[in-house]
Amino acid sequence: MASLDLQSLTKSYGDNRVVADVSLHVAQGEFLVLLGPSGCGKTTTLRMIAGFVEPSSGNILIGGKDITTLPPWRRNCGMVFQNYALFPHLTVAENVAFGLQMRKVESIEQRKRVKDALTMVRLEHLAGRYPREMSGGQQQRVALARALAIEPDILLLDEPLSNLDAKLREEVRVEIRELQRKLGLTTILVTHDQEEALTVADRLVVMNGGHVCQIGDKRDLYERPADRFVASFIGRSSFIEGHIKGQGLFESTDGLQLKVSREINLGPATLAIRPERCRLGTSAQTCDNHLTGQVEFVSYLGSALDIHVRLGTQTKVIVQLSNQESVKEPQLGETVQIGWASTAGLLYPSDQGRESYGGL
Amino acid sequence: MAYSRMPREGLIGRILLNGAAALAMVYILLPLFFVFWLSVFNQEIPSFPPDGYSLRWFSALAEYREFASGFILSLQVGVIATFVGLVLGLPAALVIVRSQINGRGFFNSLLLAPMVVPGVVLGTALYVFQIEAEIATDLPLMGSFLGLVIAHSLIVVPWTVRLICANLVGIDRTIEEAAYNLGAGPITTFFKITLPMIRPGLVAATLFGFVASFGNLEMSLFLVGPGRTTLPIAILQYLEWKIDPTVAAASVLQIALIALALLITDHYVKLSRVV
Ligand SMILES: Nc1ncnc2c1ncn2[C@@H]1O[C@H](COP(=O)(O)OP(=O)(O)OP(=O)(O)O)[C@@H](O)[C@H]1O
Ligand SMILES: [Mg+2]
Repeated sequence: MASLDLQSLTKSYGDNRVVADVSLHVAQGEFLVLLGPSGCGKTTTLRMIAGFVEPSSGNILIGGKDITTLPPWRRNCGMVFQNYALFPHLTVAENVAFGLQMRKVESIEQRKRVKDALTMVRLEHLAGRYPREMSGGQQQRVALARALAIEPDILLLDEPLSNLDAKLREEVRVEIRELQRKLGLTTILVTHDQEEALTVADRLVVMNGGHVCQIGDKRDLYERPADRFVASFIGRSSFIEGHIKGQGLFESTDGLQLKVSREINLGPATLAIRPERCRLGTSAQTCDNHLTGQVEFVSYLGSALDIHVRLGTQTKVIVQLSNQESVKEPQLGETVQIGWASTAGLLYPSDQGRESYGGL
Repeated sequence: MAYSRMPREGLIGRILLNGAAALAMVYILLPLFFVFWLSVFNQEIPSFPPDGYSLRWFSALAEYREFASGFILSLQVGVIATFVGLVLGLPAALVIVRSQINGRGFFNSLLLAPMVVPGVVLGTALYVFQIEAEIATDLPLMGSFLGLVIAHSLIVVPWTVRLICANLVGIDRTIEEAAYNLGAGPITTFFKITLPMIRPGLVAATLFGFVASFGNLEMSLFLVGPGRTTLPIAILQYLEWKIDPTVAAASVLQIALIALALLITDHYVKLSRVV
């Protein structure tokens, strides 16, 4: 257990900067999640920490000690691979014992630690099985036990749940989080699933195109997304294109006048609104932005309803209503009142981060 | 409607498949059957139908010294050549599959060449080479045991390279990375993780390499010396004088030996998984 620091970590393949100038600090015992779309450099970052990929520049420090040039077998990082990477010719117990053998732990101690690790993941009864005789979820837990048994300084998890079905994924996710907390392990988890990220993380790092877009806790990321990309990637947003017209006033490209509370420079801008911050019907009139629009589409999500409302030729906003008994599902084409507080709108300069990820 | 027709089509497909498989089996096994049958004919000149049956050709086999010594030589050459083929083939396969160096495609083709070049051409080339080498160095290469082993290693290598490559390609590199991650260096990882994972390939390479060497006739014809013949050549020479069923008996023994090797191998590694 130790802290981890990345200092201006960069990896290029030819001209392609896959990881660009990533700096971050992970405190001892912290659970950090690397989140970003496919191909944004998450795995590459993790593999640099584990020592499988040599950084083009920058440094990696574990517990304050520079390990950038150390080979992987001297690093004491426990890694859980996406495909588990269990040793097929060894039993579950032998898989878990492998790291201990490499550390020349004496055999009585070894047996005890293997047993402990397997008990932690609730697989002690399957110690004699071979990996091919186990389900995906069980193999995943063996991989976790194998990484935990060596008492690593840092635990690295590369999309460890992506091969599991939704229900199992939720279970194992909670298990991992509880174990991590109990053992006080410094942990980095890589995922492109924001729900997974939000449920387990102490802090999140959102990456896009090799860059870090934002580092913060869940609330920071959700309430104050640093750019348009984060606003679309964490949670959902409706985006309205337009420009800042003056003091607290935003005009959309199709001419809607909207009040905004946050100031940015005059000129082209994008306004982002969270669907659950919008109101519908009579309660909309209490908001300082209230308009009328036509219901274009309704999607029923079980616990909630998404109402797509067209406000202008180029402006569409999604309103999320929680599905309570009092809620009356609006009809398609119906004219409705819609409103949101000016403080709920997020403003971004227009040319920012738009190419990389579409909004709603 | 399509649903109800499914089982029927499946049945026809199965009958066709099984029929084809049976036909292929008959085609392969029929010659073997005749060899077995012939080996227990009583009379010296094979004719049909046989006068009677006896096992005397098997005892004749034991008395005919050329066969026994040929068998021993083939065995020795086969074992050593297979060993050499493995020692050369394993690193070669690792380079071909794993390294990024230029020209490994060429290297691969070069190592597989002995499999493609006709045995007679290979034999002639080696014959000429060994004569030249002997003249140049004064070493008694021509017709020597060493010369034979070198030549046989040459025909074993393509088998070992190919089979080990096939196995290596299918191996997930992250498994080795997992070993590094757990603290194993490259050498430990190779012996404890990589080698056990390519065991099926190694076993298949050993088996097929040995069979290729043991049964080789065309190339060996050019390279054997006086008093030093391999089993296939001994059989050929015997056939020049006699056509009694001793040869069939020798074949039966050979087939039995190879079948035994296959069965033993299959017990440890399912051959259907590697070839
Ligand atoms: N060895 C390599 N050579 C060249 N380019 C590479 C190499 N490895 C990765 N890349 C590129 O680096 C980029 C980032 O890859 P990486 O695997 O880190 O993405 P990721 O964020 O883990 O994506 P995913 O969510 O799909 O796993 C990709 O565009 C990929 O094509
Ligand atoms: Mg990845």
